[in-house]
Amino acid sequence: MTAPLLEIRDLSVTFAGRHGEALEAVSGVDLTVNAGELHGVVGESGSGKSVTMLAVMGLLSPGARLSGSIRLDGRELVGLSDRQMRRIRGARIGYIFQDPMTALNPLLTVGDQIAEAIRIHKPQVGRTQAREQAVELLRLVAIPIPERRATQYPHEFSGGMRQRAVIAMAMANEPDLLIADEPTTALDVTIQAQIMELLERLRRDKGVGIVLVTHDLGVVAGAARSLSIMYSGRVVERGSVDDVFAAPRHPYTAGLLASLPQAGTRVDRLTAIPGSPPPISMRPAGCSFHPRCAHAVEQCRIERPALREVGAVTVACHRAEELVSTGLMQLSGADA
Amino acid sequence: MSAAVTRNAGRRAMLPQWATLPVVFGGIIVLLWVVVGITIPLWTPYDPTMLAGGRFQPPNASHWLGTDALGRDVLMRTLYGVRHSLPIAALVIFCAVLIGGTLGAIAGFVGGLVDSIIMRLVDVTLSFPPILLAMAVTAALGPGLGNAAIAMVIVWWPIYARLMRAQVLSVREREHVEAAIAAGATRPRVLTKHILPLCWSPIIVNATMDFGQVVLLAASLSFIGLGAVPPTPEWGQMISDGALHFYRWWIAAGPGIAILSIVLGFNFLGDGLRDFLDPRSK
Repeated sequence: MTAPLLEIRDLSVTFAGRHGEALEAVSGVDLTVNAGELHGVVGESGSGKSVTMLAVMGLLSPGARLSGSIRLDGRELVGLSDRQMRRIRGARIGYIFQDPMTALNPLLTVGDQIAEAIRIHKPQVGRTQAREQAVELLRLVAIPIPERRATQYPHEFSGGMRQRAVIAMAMANEPDLLIADEPTTALDVTIQAQIMELLERLRRDKGVGIVLVTHDLGVVAGAARSLSIMYSGRVVERGSVDDVFAAPRHPYTAGLLASLPQAGTRVDRLTAIPGSPPPISMRPAGCSFHPRCAHAVEQCRIERPALREVGAVTVACHRAEELVSTGLMQLSGADA
Repeated sequence: MSAAVTRNAGRRAMLPQWATLPVVFGGIIVLLWVVVGITIPLWTPYDPTMLAGGRFQPPNASHWLGTDALGRDVLMRTLYGVRHSLPIAALVIFCAVLIGGTLGAIAGFVGGLVDSIIMRLVDVTLSFPPILLAMAVTAALGPGLGNAAIAMVIVWWPIYARLMRAQVLSVREREHVEAAIAAGATRPRVLTKHILPLCWSPIIVNATMDFGQVVLLAASLSFIGLGAVPPTPEWGQMISDGALHFYRWWIAAGPGIAILSIVLGFNFLGDGLRDFLDPRSK
C-alpha cells in the first residue's frame, strides 16, 4: 500500500505565552489526505485548524514547538531545514489564502506574479516561457481572456477573479497538495460556489489532494468527501461527510449541524451552542467541550476522551454510543 | 471593464492625478532653480567670483541686487549658489536614504539583536540636536562643503532608518508576503521583491521635504563658517557676509530669498506628493 499524500500523526504545536507558560494550540491531531481527495477541516476560530496547516507548510513562527509527525508522500516534514522546506512550499504544496484582496502583490502584474512563482522553483524556465505558462494557468482557473488579464494588476481584478489568480499561483508548479485556508470566506455566496467548483475540478482533473479549511459546514457538505471536526486544538470527530452529517456522534458536531438554518423550515431563533470556546490558556481538564455540553457527565470532567471508532466514524466522546442509541442527540427537525 | 479603463486613461491624459496646486507650484519653483543651476554659465553676464563693479552698490539697472563688499554682483552669486546647494542636498539625501534605508530595512526584516543594535544607534544619533551634531562633525573634519555633506548624512540617515523600518514592519505583515513565502520564495527575494517596493511612498515624500531642510542646514553650516569657504558663492556664506554689513540689506537679501524659495518649493512639492502617495499620514 502506498503512503497517503498527507499524513499527520499526533501533531502538537506549543507556543510560549507572554509569561513563558506553554500554550498548546494543537494537541495530538491526526489527519490523512489521499491524492485526489478533498478533505474538509472544520472548526471555530481558535480551534487550531490554521495552525495545523501552517505547521504543514513550515510557516509557524520560530517560537512554536512542534511534536509529532507530518508526512508528505511518506517523507517526514517535521525537522526539515528551512532550505529543504522552501523546496516543498509552492512546489509540492500550494497554499491558498483566505483574503484574495491582500494575497497578491499590488505592484506586480498578475501574470508576473504567477511567472515568478514558477521561476522560484524552476529557474531554468525562461521569462517568456514562464509568462506563457502563467497565461495557461489563468486559463486553467477559467479566467476569461487570460492573455490580457495576465498583464493587468490585482486592483483591476474582482474578488472572485483574484481568488482564481491566487489559486492559479498555488497551482503554478503542479503541486500534489493544495491547502485552502478558508478560500471562500471573503467572497460573495455566488462566487463561493464558483471557487468551490474550480477546486473540485482541479481535484478531479489534476488529481491534487485538497485540504479545505473552513468554518462553514455548508461549504464542506457540498465539496468534501471526508471531514475532520476540530475543537479546542483537537480533532473531535472524523469520517465521511455523509456519515457525519447523517448521524453526528460528537455533541459538538451535532451542535454545529443544529445551528445551521434549514431551508424550508421556519424558525424564530437559530439554535446556538451555549457558551464559547475556552481560551487557549484555560482549556478545561477532561473533555474540553464538557462545559458547553448538555450531555456531560462526571467522567467527561476528569478523563479526556480518546478518538475511537464508533460505527462508521471516528469520534472523541465518552458517551458517543449511548447518545446515538438513546437518541439523546437531537438534531433540528428537518435533519432528524 | 474596458470602458472604465479607457475613461481612466482619458482623464489621466487631461490632467494627471498628482498635479495638484501645491505640486505644480512647488515643482515650478524647484524646476526653475534646477534650470538656472544647469544653464547659468551660458547666459550669465558676470562671473560670480570676479569683481563686477564698485563696492556696496545698491540695486540698480546693471546690478539688479547690487554688489557686495568686494564689488561682486549679488544676483549672479545668488543664482550661482544653487549650483552648490542643490547638488549637495541631492547627494546628502541620496546617501542618507541609501544608508538609512538599507539599515532600516535590515532592522525591520531581520529583527532581534540586529534590529536592537541598529535602532539604538539611531536613537543615539537622533538624540543630538541636528545642527549641533552637524557642527561637531564638520568641526572635527574641517570646514568645507564636502565635510559638511558628510556631517549632514550622519545627521539624516537615522530618520530614514526609522521610516524604512516602520514601513517594512507594516508591509511584512501583509498577506501577499506570506503568500510569497508559501510559494517558496527565499528571504532576500521576499524582502526585495515583495516588501521594499511597497515601502517607498513615505520615503519619497520625506526625502522631498528634507531637500529643503538640507539646503537650509548646509547654508547654516556655511553661515557659521563650517561649510563653503570663500570665494565660493554659497548662500549661507553670503548671508554671513551680509550680516557684517547690516545696513546694506541687499547683500543678504538675495541668498535669503533664494533659500526661502527653494525650501518653500520643496515643502509644497513634498506636501502635495504626500497627499497623492501616502494619503494616510496626512
